[in-house]
Amino acid sequence: MSDKATIVVHSGDIDKISSALIIGNGALAMGMEASLYFTFWGLLRLKKDGLDKGPLSKMNMFGLGKMMIKSRMKKNNVASLRRMITDFKELGGKIIACEMTMEIMGVKASDLDQELIDDYGAVGTYIQEARDSAITLFI
Amino acid sequence: MGEIRVDVRGETCPVPLVEMRKAVKKASPGDIIEIVGTHPASKKEIPMAAHALAIKIISDEQIGDEWKIILQR
Repeated sequence: MSDKATIVVHSGDIDKISSALIIGNGALAMGMEASLYFTFWGLLRLKKDGLDKGPLSKMNMFGLGKMMIKSRMKKNNVASLRRMITDFKELGGKIIACEMTMEIMGVKASDLDQELIDDYGAVGTYIQEARDSAITLFI
Repeated sequence: MGEIRVDVRGETCPVPLVEMRKAVKKASPGDIIEIVGTHPASKKEIPMAAHALAIKIISDEQIGDEWKIILQR
């Protein structure tokens, strides 16, 4: 079993993207490798300037809940998603975009923030990495 | 031998761990890394990460609300 964390980011909800990035960064900080596979609603968050555009998974209340959580996160000095994804890349984390989702949702590579993406792949790429990962999660 | 200072006072999860890791990456073998912070869980977790990364823990102290951890690469 290799010291690797492999996470499927299926949700585009802002709180779940946050959890995925926190866990990914934690894994890298503690000496593991980490890969994030963005698919379905998660993939849309890789669009240019799309990272924090998702709703809150619960109590979104047409955006009011999201606003409240965002202001509380700011008050408590929680790192922004942008900062976390920059750190993730700096520490050598990998980001893979799901090609099938791109087809279904009509997303072109040029719509995505290509500076973030290391690779484009499908389920085989995920399984190949997950089969020797000590941690694998679906968020 | 160099010395790297990391100030993460007021920062919360996962920033102290991430900044520690960045400093370890930048350091050359033998360099000292001094980290000061206030986030309580990170005081326990930075030494855990140091173990995992095979980095030496020189000292680890709490002064009021602040902690200071000194590592050597």
